[in-house]
Amino acid sequence: MALMEVRDLNKSFGGVHATSHVSLDVAEGELHAIIGPNGAGKTTLISQLSGEMLPDSGEILFAGRNITNHPMHARSHMGLARSFQITSVFQDMTMLENVALAIQAHQGHSFRFWKPTAKDSSLFEPAMEYLAQVGLKDKANSLANAVSHGEHRQLEIAMALATDPKLLLLDEPMAGMGQEESSRMVEILNKFKGSKTMLLIEHDMDAVFALADRISVLVYGAIIATDTPDAIRSNEEVKRAYLGEEAA
Amino acid sequence: MSSRPNSIFSAPRWLIIGVVVMVLLAFAPPIIEALDQAFWLDVFTRMLILSIAAASLNLILGFGGMVSFGHAAFLGIGAYAVGIPAYYDEYSGFLHILLAVACAALYALITGAISLRTKGVHFIMITMAFGQMMFYGFVSLEEYGGDDGLIIYERSNFGDLIDMYDDTTFYYVCLVSLAVVLFIVHRLVNSRFGMVVKGSKSNERRMGALGFPTYRYRLTAYVISGAICGYAGALLGNFTEFISPEMMDWTRSGELIFMVVLGGTATIFGPVYGVLAFLVIEEILSAITTYWHLIFGLLLVLVVLFVQGGIAGLLRRWFSKKKEAV
Repeated sequence: MALMEVRDLNKSFGGVHATSHVSLDVAEGELHAIIGPNGAGKTTLISQLSGEMLPDSGEILFAGRNITNHPMHARSHMGLARSFQITSVFQDMTMLENVALAIQAHQGHSFRFWKPTAKDSSLFEPAMEYLAQVGLKDKANSLANAVSHGEHRQLEIAMALATDPKLLLLDEPMAGMGQEESSRMVEILNKFKGSKTMLLIEHDMDAVFALADRISVLVYGAIIATDTPDAIRSNEEVKRAYLGEEAA
Repeated sequence: MSSRPNSIFSAPRWLIIGVVVMVLLAFAPPIIEALDQAFWLDVFTRMLILSIAAASLNLILGFGGMVSFGHAAFLGIGAYAVGIPAYYDEYSGFLHILLAVACAALYALITGAISLRTKGVHFIMITMAFGQMMFYGFVSLEEYGGDDGLIIYERSNFGDLIDMYDDTTFYYVCLVSLAVVLFIVHRLVNSRFGMVVKGSKSNERRMGALGFPTYRYRLTAYVISGAICGYAGALLGNFTEFISPEMMDWTRSGELIFMVVLGGTATIFGPVYGVLAFLVIEEILSAITTYWHLIFGLLLVLVVLFVQGGIAGLLRRWFSKKKEAV
């Protein structure tokens, strides 16, 4: 059964059809990648899936429920987590506090006014665990504004994981990364492959073809093909619309 | 957890500095009496009351990133909550305090619910607009003196418990109130609730993505801040024994913001330092020259430009340098 199902999604900005009749399904446990040239509407699409933006028409079903009009925080509580293309962490907090806040978000309401969180092991123990999983244990007490770009990206993943999501929406996790950082990220994502369902939007072709179970190709807001990496590689239409363009 | 020394939100060193300052303030009345300078007890009492107001503003402005430009309205509401009952010969202090806190909280709930729909400059403008609405509202209330204000003929009455007419007793009431408020703010900002408020200042979009409905937490912080400031207003009404709409004017709100920034935003004791510096400089300068506003303004500009993190930041840097030297 598909964990997420998108039916005929549309979104326009003025005359630009940024999302055009997109239908898509993400199966439980798969790593589904969406690729496309710059300006294909990848981020617009993921923003609608995460609830940051509402579509003009169409439906989004998640775990059997219609979430098309659910606000972002409600989707998050249903198990939909998102990492951001542009690093979006809490710069003035420590790495550990960043992850702890993500955990806190899913431990019921936060109208708890008196007990200091710093002494709350139900927050900081699992937070440390998630940091370790993405290889950031050493940086736990560094302020987020004092670490490298690659480490920010890893922190993003840890925070998304910390909400214990059913589906992880990854918006270009390798954006702006060097070769080495990028392969470390592939390694980290590979670790969760199979156990977490992921929808990966990515520019880095090597990473996508190394990780994805299935790939959807987005061009001018529309999906022109969805298939296995091998089939996508040899798909004529994709070559012409996208891969070929890049080669030329 | 003891392993969080790098967080800007926890720095035990300036906690010690802050406690020292509070203890020094506790010794102010006997010292002032010994020096026979009764006037300074007034200055310090006023300073304590405004510190409570500044601390309440700092809760939302410093920790929550909500720049309220109408906070003086809460002071005014608190003061009128003493003045209006007193006008009808109702002097029960407990009733005054209850009214002040409840009315300020209610006003915060209504105006906050609307204001917090906006962000940035719009939030500043709308809180200021609400503040001015209160200002003109009370100006038009002829029954309670209009823009001439209302004389409070008798201070709040707490029976045999507290004698508000004893200047030293009143000073200590304000000091204890301030200590309690600072402790409350300290607990609040380090609680789960506080983490959400601070996170919303730092990156509200991310908070939403993590699953926090930030609006209701920010509104709660706004209401708590308003309630505390209303309490400060009740003390202020007792102190001045006079209340006029002028107390709610936007320039007053601006002064409060300035005190918070001067002292150091998002620090526990910053508001106290800010108010202390503000009032002391004001007193000294105005004694020297009639053109003191000019020098004062210049001084304030310089502080904003060159003293990062306000006085609290200055103290923290100074003390950590000293430690390194050892």
